[in-house]
Amino acid sequence: MYNKTLVELREEIVTKKVSSYELTKYFLERIKKFDKEINSFITITEEYALKTAKKIDQEISKNNMRALSGIPLAQKDIFCTENVKTTCGSKMLESFVSPYDATVVKKLKNAGSVMLGKTNMDEFAMGSSNETSFFGEVKNPWNFEYVPGGSSGGSASSVAARLVPCSTGTDTGGSIRQPASLCGVSGIKPTYGRVSRYGMIAFASSLDQAGVFAKTAKDCALLLTEIAGYDEKDSTSAEEKVINYFDICTKKFKPITIGVPEEFLDGLDNEVRKVFDDAIEIFKKEGCKIKKINLSNSKLGVSAYQVVAPAECSSNLSRYDGVRYGYRAKNVSDLEDLYKRSRSEGFGKEVKRRILVGTYALSAGYYDAYYLKAQKIRQLITNDFLEAFKNVDLILGPTTPDTAFKIGSKANDPIAMYLSDVYTVSANLAGLPAMSIPMGFKNELPLGLQIIGSHFDEDKILSLASHFQEITNWHDHQPKQKLLGLD
Amino acid sequence: MDKKTTLKIADLAKIEISNNELEEIASNLTKILKLVDEMNTISTDNIEPMAHPLNFTQRLRKDEVLENNQRNEFQKNCKYTDDGYYIVPKIID
Amino acid sequence: MWETIIGLEVHTQLRTKSKIFSSASTDFGSEQNTQACAIDLGLPGVLPVLNKDVVFMAIKFGLAINGKIAKKSIFARKNYFYPDLPKGYQISQYELPIVESGSINIFHKDKSKKIGITRAHLEEDAGKSVHDLFDDKSAIDLNRAGTPLIEIVSEPDIRSAEEAVIYLKKLHSLVRYLEISDGNMEQGSFRCDANVSVKKNTDKKLGIRAEIKNINSFKFVENAINFEVNRQINLLENGNSVIQETRLYDPIKNETRPMRSKEEANDYRYFPDPDLLPVVIDSSMIEKIKSDMPELPDKRLERFIKSYKLSEYDANILIADKFLANYFEETLKANNLESKIVANWIITEILALAKKSNIDTENFPVEPNNLNELLVFVKDDIISSKQAKEILQRMWLKGEKANTIIEKEGFQQISDSTELDKIVENVLKNNYKSVEEYMSGKTKLFGFFVGQVMKETEGKANPKIVNELLRGKLDKKC
Repeated sequence: MYNKTLVELREEIVTKKVSSYELTKYFLERIKKFDKEINSFITITEEYALKTAKKIDQEISKNNMRALSGIPLAQKDIFCTENVKTTCGSKMLESFVSPYDATVVKKLKNAGSVMLGKTNMDEFAMGSSNETSFFGEVKNPWNFEYVPGGSSGGSASSVAARLVPCSTGTDTGGSIRQPASLCGVSGIKPTYGRVSRYGMIAFASSLDQAGVFAKTAKDCALLLTEIAGYDEKDSTSAEEKVINYFDICTKKFKPITIGVPEEFLDGLDNEVRKVFDDAIEIFKKEGCKIKKINLSNSKLGVSAYQVVAPAECSSNLSRYDGVRYGYRAKNVSDLEDLYKRSRSEGFGKEVKRRILVGTYALSAGYYDAYYLKAQKIRQLITNDFLEAFKNVDLILGPTTPDTAFKIGSKANDPIAMYLSDVYTVSANLAGLPAMSIPMGFKNELPLGLQIIGSHFDEDKILSLASHFQEITNWHDHQPKQKLLGLD
Repeated sequence: MDKKTTLKIADLAKIEISNNELEEIASNLTKILKLVDEMNTISTDNIEPMAHPLNFTQRLRKDEVLENNQRNEFQKNCKYTDDGYYIVPKIID
Repeated sequence: MWETIIGLEVHTQLRTKSKIFSSASTDFGSEQNTQACAIDLGLPGVLPVLNKDVVFMAIKFGLAINGKIAKKSIFARKNYFYPDLPKGYQISQYELPIVESGSINIFHKDKSKKIGITRAHLEEDAGKSVHDLFDDKSAIDLNRAGTPLIEIVSEPDIRSAEEAVIYLKKLHSLVRYLEISDGNMEQGSFRCDANVSVKKNTDKKLGIRAEIKNINSFKFVENAINFEVNRQINLLENGNSVIQETRLYDPIKNETRPMRSKEEANDYRYFPDPDLLPVVIDSSMIEKIKSDMPELPDKRLERFIKSYKLSEYDANILIADKFLANYFEETLKANNLESKIVANWIITEILALAKKSNIDTENFPVEPNNLNELLVFVKDDIISSKQAKEILQRMWLKGEKANTIIEKEGFQQISDSTELDKIVENVLKNNYKSVEEYMSGKTKLFGFFVGQVMKETEGKANPKIVNELLRGKLDKKC
């Protein structure tokens, strides 16, 4: 059962081969049995899930089917869920129970899916390894000594370990694509504004975007169709019409022009390069034209990102002051003490580091040199992309410079950690949709292929990705871990 | 980024830094700023700063009251309330 | 030899149903924290969406001061920590405010003067911190958090406390004319910060200024500025210097003093709010609002002087308040009264009653058509002015109509000459000694006879007729 795709599971439910209750029970059992090995969940919502599944089964028995009726899934713990703890991976929100549902959560509920729990993540989505979580590090199902990537590490890891068939994530600088790449699953970050940010705890508002993880691109398409769309509660959400992305994936593939940026290959690890070249060969064979392109300003992506993201986060995280909700330090002497101790005790190291960098970048006398400069570079990076998209349909490259790294190996070196996002941040800065799908292995660890599209070209991305998965079977590989009940 | 600046910034951000953390934090911030300073390798004269990824404009909401009182619900997340007020240490003006 | 330089920042709450970025109610006076929704509380994950009416009201104001309406304006975050500021930042405008470079004219000492308005921008109000409710802790009420404000920043064009008050009153009148604010100062919907500095006449450079925060009445503005000006002159004359700081006005001690809590050097780290997109205002929107603009105070003043033949003084009093001016025009509507008489009644009697009973111009208990009826009775000699004043008081307090009171209380004036003739005869007969004195030249006694007639009629006699009768009879005797 665990190796079935969403599309297959849906078929089983529709044809009543399996009930929502059975499916829910099955995956809950897997989570309870195996998650202790990888720590991909913060909260398991067993009672809620079983109750919901029963309700869905009643609907199904009346032939009342919805798009995702009975499909079990996990929510990244950054999405607010009514009456369920929403921690954002932080001690600050350790006992915070949201009084409302995020739009993404509401939409997936309305589509008939069943939430099994909330997944582990880097604290406030700040990290690329899931080591900054207050609830402990998440392990890579392919090798428990390695990180799953981050910040949506729990979401990627739980899908890779086949504990859930799909999950949600968020991507500010690569937080969906990088863990998808390191865990060998498919993950898409849509265009900025394609999916509502309402109820998704903000890290960097102009970069954050919600997306999904699943085994295949088609599964992602199925989910994206449900969560995409304009939301009157999010001023930055786009009024663009939503297409049925799943239908697009079932249509016959037409060859396109693919751009490969030289900057993404410069100095790339040889083995990674080989895996990537093999993927490109496949597209060539399928009749696609491959063009070398230049995204010369993208080399400054990480630098600009490390200004914009911390600046916005420093302001977004000011609301965690211990006054109305969240962690409050004990025995405070005065207001200043309340603020400083609540925030210092409630936030972890990396979050504090980013708040400090961001505060500095916005402070009097430095605003122009940092924040404004970064926003200008952001424009230049975007211009490069828009120029490239005049000549190519999609841009391909490796998602990450290398496979997963060992737990602890970069934990004390923020710069090394930041540079693991080198290929992913540019799409966020430009607001472009991008996806990572499995393209092969190096030393038995998976590697992801990144597909970047122009604004609102999710259909093109998903169509190419699902075609690739019709030809290759990298996405079918799963970790052979006895401890995860996989062989 | 020296220790003095680090402390000043931390004060603005309402973050307490103990003496034994200061060195490490200041040094990490310096490293990050060095990475960030690579931005200065290119000229951005005459480039408009980009605040949003898309060129959309603000939509306007109809002026109507749709919310009702949820004080009890909201204050379940706060142990420090009294008679419906949020409570903080005495502020002397 | 000292010159005072004043610039004012006025925060006006806009009169919307819901808040600037959320759909919670803006009603005043509700139980604490019952009108603070998830967005106002800054819960994790919430996002702001801009209220349309707030933008329309700002455009209205911009047009009224002949300002520039920004085609594109931007919301920015002003970052600082305070318990009544739930998000740790206030959404405000910094670069690209919605209105720039307007002005209003004020009249002072018979001269007209233009006061520049640098900018008017939109922002959200903070909640309230209550420090005296509990002994050992401060209490936070966030009902007000997110209430829309327009902040109106003047140029440093004001030269005295008196001018400052005239400017403020004009602004207050304007926002009420535009119906964008109730201007209620007691409830804090019209608040003022004053930037005050002094310099020698001969100096080109401006002096160092102090900012006096949150002054909430016209009288206090005048007192606060006067105190501050004297304080600064004293400092400078004694060889000391003024320091740039934020001060608080204490109306009980009538003094300003430094504010401790805001003392630390603030670095607000303004940056464009990434949760909100640029507000784009096109010309069709502006044209539509222009066509809906009400008549503004300056125009109305001109019209009142011209078409009602009022003195500038009277007209100014009436137009200063939109509702008062409306009241005046409503009372006149039937076109059966003289405008000057109506103006007099409103300015002296009605305003005195309003002041005494602390009722604002929007809520006069006497309807204009009822005031009209009363004044027509006076015109038709059915009652005397004196009686009318008494009747008006009852109308004001009991909400009864003039004719009801007149009938019930027998207020009718006695204008019947035959009836009055008898009374006058009697008075003269009963006071024959005084008549003799009158005839021997003590003509001052005429008033005494009128008084006696009034006494007999309980004040109901028509004084005009009484006068005529008395004169006729006394002259005949001479």
